[in-house]
Amino acid sequence: MSQSVSNKAPSRLVHLLPATLVLVLAVIVTWLSYTREPSDAFLFPRLISTVMIVLAVWNFLRALLGLAKVGDGLDSQTVRRVAPGAIVMIVLVYFAAKMLGFYVASYLAFLCVYSLYDPASHTAFRSWIKRLSITAAFMSVIYALFTLLLKVQTPRGLFF
Amino acid sequence: MEFLQYFGGVFEPTSFLLLLGGTIGGLILGATPGLSPTMAVALLIPFTFQLEATQGLILLGAAYTSTVAGGAVSAILLKIPGAPANIATALDGHAMAQQGRGTEALHVSFLASGIGGVIGVFLLIFLTPVLARWALAFGPSHLFWMAILGVTIIGSLDSRSFVKGLLSGCLGLWLSMIGYDDIQGAQRFIFHDSLTGGINIITALIGIFAIPQIIEMWAKGRVPHKITAVSIGKQSLLSSIRLLSKNTKALTIGTITGSIIGLIPGVGGQIAGLLAYDQTRKMSADGDTFGKGNPAGVIAAESANNAMVGPSLVPLLTLSIPGSPTAAVLLGGLLIHGIFPGSDLFDNHPEVAWTFINSMLIGQVLMVIFGIWVASYAARVAQIPPPIMAASVLVLALFGSYSVQQSMGDVYVMLTLGFSMYLLEKVGFSAAPLVLGLILGPIAEANFIQGSMIAAAMDGPMQYFLAGPLNVFLVALVLVSIAWSFLSSKRDAKRVNAAAKAAIVNRTADEDETSQGAST
Repeated sequence: MSQSVSNKAPSRLVHLLPATLVLVLAVIVTWLSYTREPSDAFLFPRLISTVMIVLAVWNFLRALLGLAKVGDGLDSQTVRRVAPGAIVMIVLVYFAAKMLGFYVASYLAFLCVYSLYDPASHTAFRSWIKRLSITAAFMSVIYALFTLLLKVQTPRGLFF
Repeated sequence: MEFLQYFGGVFEPTSFLLLLGGTIGGLILGATPGLSPTMAVALLIPFTFQLEATQGLILLGAAYTSTVAGGAVSAILLKIPGAPANIATALDGHAMAQQGRGTEALHVSFLASGIGGVIGVFLLIFLTPVLARWALAFGPSHLFWMAILGVTIIGSLDSRSFVKGLLSGCLGLWLSMIGYDDIQGAQRFIFHDSLTGGINIITALIGIFAIPQIIEMWAKGRVPHKITAVSIGKQSLLSSIRLLSKNTKALTIGTITGSIIGLIPGVGGQIAGLLAYDQTRKMSADGDTFGKGNPAGVIAAESANNAMVGPSLVPLLTLSIPGSPTAAVLLGGLLIHGIFPGSDLFDNHPEVAWTFINSMLIGQVLMVIFGIWVASYAARVAQIPPPIMAASVLVLALFGSYSVQQSMGDVYVMLTLGFSMYLLEKVGFSAAPLVLGLILGPIAEANFIQGSMIAAAMDGPMQYFLAGPLNVFLVALVLVSIAWSFLSSKRDAKRVNAAAKAAIVNRTADEDETSQGAST
């Protein structure tokens, strides 16, 4: 079954959807370039957006006519595998970094991402000791490099 | 032969230790994803306050040289270019590493860097006055066409889809225009507060190259780590030298391209590497193997980006015009010591100028020796299991992008660009053209605006931008590059279709045989 799925050519929608989004973006960029003031500031953007919209239309027509064949798109299995890591990254970086502190959020991001994709058992005590130790060691190196050596001041929240 | 008089200065204990420290430190910083040569040199400037001018320059020069070469390590092992100059290196270098030829790729990379770099520094020493005059002949129209030439090369880099390659380049050019326009004082395409200051190139580089790589690791799921993320084979240095000697054409193209590009103010190593890679691919009989682990790709890119280092200092040291972003930071390093480039430097401080230039020559040799040594240890990066690698690269990316301007906005931009790039790559768009567009954008725009102003006071834009032998030559190169790329894309598409048809015919024949056998 999986073999037949992998042999199947990606549907036209795989190319049509991104081609439409790129075309919409090109239209917005072109519209902004030709309507915003001062017009002198948009001289170069007008030049680029004109080329961009021509290419975006070309790309859209190729996708519409089924001529676009480069790229396989995303399958549901990939989405299922990527989603947990992406959610962790978004939650910890966009929300937790300012609330908990940059270092704590980064520590949690490292630990969560490592644990989510680590094939070792999630119930074994030794696996967790290993994960926590590696995370702590790596974050110590990051602290030495960025805070002690490069004097980078990170946002502090409730913690560090 | 004035430079020989000052050779001894390099071997003074403090100077030599700084040269050694700068080289090794630069290699490690360059190999660390997210730490660019520009960033490394800028971060080192405060450390030079306490040093003499010559010693300070030696440290900065060594870091400049070795970070450019060190960036190849992460490009080859992780497919994350340490610097824009290493973008082209990642194309074949990472493919070689995936084939178990990582050590070979690292060896030829450092050897090519060293040879290109030494020739580049010799050019700096011997041809400074002549080449500086030639570089001066480039006006805004020529620099604009050079940038456009870079854009058209973008299309040819992504030979899988000509239109998507060029479109990726246009997206990059558009991204470069986001933010505050300094000339007109206008805000452009600012959809979020994080974009007010524009998109920082280092932030963008980290996001575009690191995040899709992390997501690719995630996409494999919770698989047991039986093999390394990038398997690296054993390779003796001697056989790598033999391999390099078989690719003298790529080395020559890379060195010549890098030397010429380095002389053109503002263009920089990223274009040198990509242009040399592209030209080598086009001139090669086995051009189809480029991007699939051809060592000529690594040799061309690395010899070019290091050959660029010496010549990029010609306009800097003679005219105060930096040949690359890192050279611009180096200019700051000169000025804080009260030294002004130009005739003042060579007339009043010849010991500073020549000791610095000589140190770059010795630095290239040290870079090869220590580069190969550091690379053999850096190869261990690939032994780390993918979940740890993904988590490490993620945290490095977060801190690297944050530390550029100490802004959370940069982190958001980095992640957004990274996620978008992953999705775009899945439908055939490419990261390299997008990044090149982002880098070329400010160069192209600044020279386009400057040229338009000059044209308005002269015979009009058509005359200014299209007349003159240099303009005609550059425009012809642009057109040839577009035509070549388009034809290559068509040829590849035909080949793919023919292969697909052959596969269908074979499958039908197999099915017929099977059904006949069953009926019999």
